Amino acid sequence: MAYSHTVCGTRYVFPSLRVLLAKASPPRAGDRLAGIAAASAEENVAAKLTLADVSLKTILAEPLILYENDDVTRLILDRHDTRAFGAIASMTVGELRDYLLSRATSSETLARLAPAITPEIAAAVAKLMRNQDLILAARKCRVITRFRNTLGLPGTTAVRLQPNHPTDDLAGIMAATADGLMYGCGDAVIGINPASDQPDRIAAMLRMLDELIQRYEVPTQACVLCHVTTALDLMARGVPTDLVFQSIGGTEATNRSFGITLDLLREANEAARSLRRGTVGENVMYFETGQGSALSAGAHHGVDQQTCEARAYAVARAFDPLLVNTVVGFIGPEYLYDGKEILRAALEDHFCGKLMGLPMGVDVCYTNHAEADQDDMDVVLTALAAAGVTFIMGVPGADDVMLGYQSTSFHDALYVREAFGLKRAPEFEGWLERMAITDATGQLLPPSPSHQLIADVHAAANESEPAP
Amino acid sequence: MSDVPRDPWKHLCARTPARIALGRTGASLPTREVLSFALAHAKARDAVHARLDRSALAVQMRTLGLATVEAESEARDRATYLRRPDLGRQLDEPSRERIKAAVRNQTSDLVLMIGDGLSAIAVASHAPKLVEAVLLHVNALGLKLGPTVIAEGARVALGDEVGELLGARLVAVLIGERPGLTAADSLSVYLTYLPRRGRTDAERNCISNIRPGGLAPEVAAAKLAWLAKAALAMELTGVALKDRSHGGLEGTIGATVLDEQGR
Repeated sequence: MAYSHTVCGTRYVFPSLRVLLAKASPPRAGDRLAGIAAASAEENVAAKLTLADVSLKTILAEPLILYENDDVTRLILDRHDTRAFGAIASMTVGELRDYLLSRATSSETLARLAPAITPEIAAAVAKLMRNQDLILAARKCRVITRFRNTLGLPGTTAVRLQPNHPTDDLAGIMAATADGLMYGCGDAVIGINPASDQPDRIAAMLRMLDELIQRYEVPTQACVLCHVTTALDLMARGVPTDLVFQSIGGTEATNRSFGITLDLLREANEAARSLRRGTVGENVMYFETGQGSALSAGAHHGVDQQTCEARAYAVARAFDPLLVNTVVGFIGPEYLYDGKEILRAALEDHFCGKLMGLPMGVDVCYTNHAEADQDDMDVVLTALAAAGVTFIMGVPGADDVMLGYQSTSFHDALYVREAFGLKRAPEFEGWLERMAITDATGQLLPPSPSHQLIADVHAAANESEPAP
Repeated sequence: MSDVPRDPWKHLCARTPARIALGRTGASLPTREVLSFALAHAKARDAVHARLDRSALAVQMRTLGLATVEAESEARDRATYLRRPDLGRQLDEPSRERIKAAVRNQTSDLVLMIGDGLSAIAVASHAPKLVEAVLLHVNALGLKLGPTVIAEGARVALGDEVGELLGARLVAVLIGERPGLTAADSLSVYLTYLPRRGRTDAERNCISNIRPGGLAPEVAAAKLAWLAKAALAMELTGVALKDRSHGGLEGTIGATVLDEQGR
C-alpha cells in the first residue's frame, strides 16, 4: 500500500510501509549505506508527517517481511496481545506519541500495554520522537528481572562487570574482576567475552567465577559470552552456568548468520532454567543486539536498521531475559557515523526495548574509526541515566583490551551514581557494605591495601601460571 | 601532574594489560589517567585519518627492484572511506586503466597490493620491511611476481579486482588494521587465491598484528610464503587452508577471523 503527503505543494509518495519507515528514520550511516535513507532533509520530515497519520492497525496489517518467509515476523504476529492492543487500537502513530508522553499514561498502563507493542509500532513512534521524548517515555517504563538479585527497580542502575583479557588468562581476568568489585560494580552480571571459543577454556572461566561467587556469597550472576550451542554443551557436562548468552537479530536470516534458530534459544532457556541456580528469580537469558547487524549480514530485506533492531527485541522477549544489551557503537562508522548518531541510536534502542517490556542495558561505546570520543560517551551515558537505563558496562579504564573498543568504565558508573543519585541492585548494595567496600550510603570506602578480596586474588595469581 | 595515588592493588597489573588500579578523585579519574587515555586515543585517531604517502612508498618499492602502479578506490576522502566500505572495494576508472596498461598480457603467481586501510601509519612504518622479507621467499620459491600496486582508500577486497586485472593466481593485500588504544600501527596481510570481484572473506587467509611487539616482519613473511606455496599447490585459500607453518603465535594466522568493521 502506498502512503503520501503534500508539503508546500510537493507531493511525496512512499510505495510501502517499509520504505516509509526507512525514509522517516533520523539520518544515520547504515541506512545511507543500504540505499534506503531519505534523499533530502525535507523528504525525511515529509515521511515523518506521513507516518504520524498512519494508524497502528495499518502497521499490524502490513508486515515488513512476509509472514511466510520469516520466523521473526511469525513470532511478532502470533504472540501479539490483541486484548491489550484494544487500548490503543484506534490510534495513529502520532497519537501514540502524545499518549506515551501524557501524564495520564502511568507506568502501570505502559506495563499492561507492552505485549500489544510490536517492534514496528515501537520503531515507528520512536521515529517521531525527539531525544527528550525517548528519555521521558522510557523513564516511565518499569521492567524488573531477577536471578540472584533484583534489577530494574526505580532509582537503581546496574553494571555488567566486563573483565576481558586478550588471552583469557585466568589470573588476569580475576585481577580485573577484583578491580571492578572494589569499585562497586558487577550487579548486572560478571560477564567475560572469551578470546577463545574452546569449550574447555570457557568451562575453566565459568568454574572460576562460580567459585568466586560462592566463596564470597556475591548476590550476582556469572556469564561467559559464548555461542548458545557451546553453552548447551557445557550445561550437559555439568559446568556451572548461571546465564545463557546469545547475540540475536531482527530477521530469520540474521539469526541464521549467527548460527541460531528460535528453537535453539528455547532449548537453551529451558536447560538453564532447569538448573535452578537463581535464588530470587529465574530469568536466565542474556541477549546482545545492535543496529546494523542485519545489514552487515546481508539480511535486512530493505528494512531500516532501527526497525530491524526493534524486531530483535521481539525475539528477546519471547524468552524472558534477565538482561538485554544493545551494543550501540561497536559496529563502526558505516552504520553509526559519529557521536550524534550513536546517541540517537542508544536512546531509540533503550526506549523501544523498555516499551516492549525488556530489561534494557546499553553498551555505551565506540571504535577508533568512528567520529566519537570520551566526551560523546559522557553525553550518551548521561542521557541514558536520565532515561533510567537498566544497566551499563563496566570495563577497567573504559579500554577493552580484548575486543579493542572503548566502553564505559567503573569510574563512569560512579559518575552516574553521583550525578543522578542512583543505587545498585539492593542485594548487591547490601553485600558491598558487608564486604566493607562501601559505607551504609553506598559510597565507596577508601581502598584498603589489606582487603581480603585483593589478598586472595593476589595469592591465587601467584599460584597459577600465565596462559600460553 | 597528579598526586592522586594508584589503588593499593597495583601489583595485580602484572597479570593484565587492562587499566586497573587507576585510583580516583571522588567519582572521577585522576588527571594523569584522563590524559594518558586521551593520548592513546589521539594516536589511534591520527592513524585513522593519516594519508598514505604513495609516491614515497613507490620510491621504496622501486629501490627493492619492484615495478609499481599507483591506484585509488572510489572512496575519494577519509569521510567517504569510513562511511562507504563498498566504495573502498572498487577501483576508480583511471586506476583501472593504469593497472590494465601495466599488465601487457602477462600473468603472475603473486601480486602484492599495499593499501592504507585504517592505518596509513602502519603501512608506512612496516610495509617496506615486510616486502623486503617477502621478496627473499619469492625468489627462493621461484614465484613470478607481478607489478606491486599501491592503493589509497583501500579495503581488503580491493585486491580482488587488482589481482583479477593483473591475471594473478594469488594476491597478497598488505593493509593497515583498525587502530587500537594499545597499538595504532598494526599491519595485516590477506592472501586470496584466484582473486575475482565478489570473493568472500571466508576465501582468504590472514596474518595479523604485524608490528613491533607483535609479529616480526621476517616471521610474517615466512608464514606468507608457506601459505602462498600451499595455496598454489591446493589451488585455494580460506577456511580449507590451515596454517601448519612453524614458529608462529597462535591466533595470528588462519582463515580470516577479524571483524568486518576492521576491514
